[in-house]
Amino acid sequence: MSTNHKGAVRAICETYGNDRSRMMDIVRDVQAEFGCVDGEAMNAIASAVSGHRVEVESVVSFYSFLSNKPKGKVVIRLCDDIIDEMKGSGEVGDAFRKELGIDFGGTTPDGTISLEWTPCIGMCDQAPAALVNDTVVTDLTGDKARAMAKQLKADPNPAKLVKEFGDGNNAHDLVRAMVDNNIRQKGEVIFADMAPGSALEKALAMSPQEVIRDMKTSRLRGRGGAGFPTGLKWEFTRNAPGDKRYVLCNADEGEPGTFKDRVILTEKPELLIEGIAIAGYAIGSDTGIIYLRGEYAYLRPFLESKLSEMRDKKLLGKNILGKGFDFDIRIQMGAGAYVCGEETALISSLEGLRGDPKNRPPFPAQKGYMAQPTVVNNVETLCCVARILEKGPGWFANMGSKGSPGTKLLSISGDVRRPGVYEVPFGIGIKEMLKLCGAEDASAAQIGGASGTMVSPDGFGRTICYDDVATGGAVMVFGPQRDILDVATKFLDFFIEESCGYCTPCRVGNVLLKERMEKILAGKGEPSDLEYLRDLGETIKAASRCGLGQTSANPVLTTLANFRDAYTGRLKEAVDGKQPSFDIQAALSDSKTITGRASVHFTE
Amino acid sequence: MSDTITLTIDGKEITAKRGQTILQAADAAGIYIPRLCAHDDLSAHGSCRVCTVMVNGRPQAACTQSVADGMIVENESDQIRNIRRNLIDMLFVEGNHFCMFCEKSGNCELQALAYRFGITAPKYPYLYPQRELDASHPDIFIDRNRCILCGRCVRASRDVDGKTVFEFVGRGAEKRVAVNAEATLRDTKIALTDKAVDVCPVGAIIIKRVGYKVPVGQRLYDHEPIGSNIEKGAKKG
Repeated sequence: MSTNHKGAVRAICETYGNDRSRMMDIVRDVQAEFGCVDGEAMNAIASAVSGHRVEVESVVSFYSFLSNKPKGKVVIRLCDDIIDEMKGSGEVGDAFRKELGIDFGGTTPDGTISLEWTPCIGMCDQAPAALVNDTVVTDLTGDKARAMAKQLKADPNPAKLVKEFGDGNNAHDLVRAMVDNNIRQKGEVIFADMAPGSALEKALAMSPQEVIRDMKTSRLRGRGGAGFPTGLKWEFTRNAPGDKRYVLCNADEGEPGTFKDRVILTEKPELLIEGIAIAGYAIGSDTGIIYLRGEYAYLRPFLESKLSEMRDKKLLGKNILGKGFDFDIRIQMGAGAYVCGEETALISSLEGLRGDPKNRPPFPAQKGYMAQPTVVNNVETLCCVARILEKGPGWFANMGSKGSPGTKLLSISGDVRRPGVYEVPFGIGIKEMLKLCGAEDASAAQIGGASGTMVSPDGFGRTICYDDVATGGAVMVFGPQRDILDVATKFLDFFIEESCGYCTPCRVGNVLLKERMEKILAGKGEPSDLEYLRDLGETIKAASRCGLGQTSANPVLTTLANFRDAYTGRLKEAVDGKQPSFDIQAALSDSKTITGRASVHFTE
Repeated sequence: MSDTITLTIDGKEITAKRGQTILQAADAAGIYIPRLCAHDDLSAHGSCRVCTVMVNGRPQAACTQSVADGMIVENESDQIRNIRRNLIDMLFVEGNHFCMFCEKSGNCELQALAYRFGITAPKYPYLYPQRELDASHPDIFIDRNRCILCGRCVRASRDVDGKTVFEFVGRGAEKRVAVNAEATLRDTKIALTDKAVDVCPVGAIIIKRVGYKVPVGQRLYDHEPIGSNIEKGAKKG
């Protein structure tokens, strides 16, 4: 590395005050400028922030979008989640391979273009989709991919791939994305209109305690999936001892099949920002941070402009609405790690560390970001907050079902005629939902993304709410032509890829689950494998340290429970006492090659 | 508020100090809860999960969960034993463990736990990963084949030695322990006297040329199962 190069890295560190906790920004900027964070850069960063080189390496090696080896100027990341696969990502991938003359994981010889697979990028309603640097390309086909590759070879500028803009704010000058919102049904909470500032104004006319009381009265529960009561979380945080308090907005939606926060961020950023400010007021905080997933980087300039508009309107910054409340928000970018959607992993990442979840207790409400009391809320939750303040807690509590008030955004994709975002009242029946999106012939619905519940037609009478089938919003629908075991195995691939690897059950267990699923898929399963899968799955669920591992076995456990026939139909009874999965010829093939003669064991 | 609280472990009532973890309280009461990543001189890590217990019916890591008055802890149920056995099995198949060739044999906590649980062979298929070995340092070598990612070396080097020689890199199944150098261990500031060299529960960090000073047959776990010292503490008290 040249002296210039080192100087540039040092300058980047300087921009962030040589603050170690801003490591994510530092390494992201270095990656953007030099195409990688190599060993020399790690040394330079470590010395600038008074840390150790291996700590920088630890962070860089954790996030998918960071690399210690040079990548092409343009990185094409083709989404390979199950929905994209169903919609033809395989064919798209082949077209890229052929046209670029490289395989996945490779870079063109001139160093211009790299090709990679990536897990869900939040575009399942317009799959197959890919990220080209920060530019999103949707509804791909083999032909489109070939044309794209040709164009990038001639002019490596991803922005020029966007020929037409999507609907709504996707066409905004600061977004300019071909992404579509696909809002299929608007409800009264998220997609209704609200005059900017009206919720915050009402909040500031109340005491913080009264705002918290309203949250409790509304019975709002977190929309991210876990469903913790929002008012209670705020009260714990407000009452916890600390020098400073923080509001973190979790905009790291990464659950395969979910994309509703993307649509909120595109269409309702003001509502969200107001909700964050209200949370700040309620808990006594002056700082909010939006943790935005790396995949949504294309929305960042737009969101920054919204923040600055809100500042101009006195809805953010010093002395908000002249009421003496100071509060501001910054955006923190992620860099490709699903586990960072877990609230304590999100905090680790914000602190400039690898995105490992933390031990609990202490909970973030007691000791969160920078060891201070911290509220972490989902994007949709914070939008609900603003509307509850505007319209009153009773208005909110009267919607939805008894234990689950309000509406819920569902992002629906897969074998449906109308994929997109639906705002529905909580408690909606699965059957009704399938009718709404045009999937009456569905043979399975995965509610709650890869970590959720695979419901069979026997369960279509159930309802979507916290007390029955809970969800953060992802719904993936599978028609009769799909192999449910194949889908479950695909979900395991995702968790293996995205596990942080901190704890044994998640790091090792998911790999073992997948091995056994593949054995069954290959037609070599035995009846005893089902008990093996259940026992292993239950162990991963019980012993894992965070929500990722605690739910990663769900695709297997819920398909075992609800699609038993799909398993039993493929098993072989071991009639001769031999293991059907053991192929003695294959086991001996290496030694046969080495010795140069056939073995003398029996043949069939 | 009194500093002493009462909880039950496997139906046995014990007293503990507020602020103690379940693991610490159990140790003091002479109840052995199996563990690998936990170490008396290091901060809790909660990564191996072998110390998983049921707390009021919910699984928790005993090394990170604090005691509370009236807590009901299950440590010896069939369910817990099964979970622990599965976790130990996982650690064996995840790496490349050759007990019969390992100079740590008899002093190895993973091996000793396997004996305590009556494991003669793992029930899971071996994953046979490709792992790096670093023998660059004149006095110390790292064999990642036997590393169980417990992070004891990471914590000891950072918190006790003040050196941060080790840190985790990569994630998921690719996760491994790296050293604070461009290349290898010899380029770090590690010293033989470092705590980090001393705390490895398995044969992943090994001091050279002392391997068989204590003959096999006279080693730590050759005659009594791991945890016996803790259980003996109870009989005395």
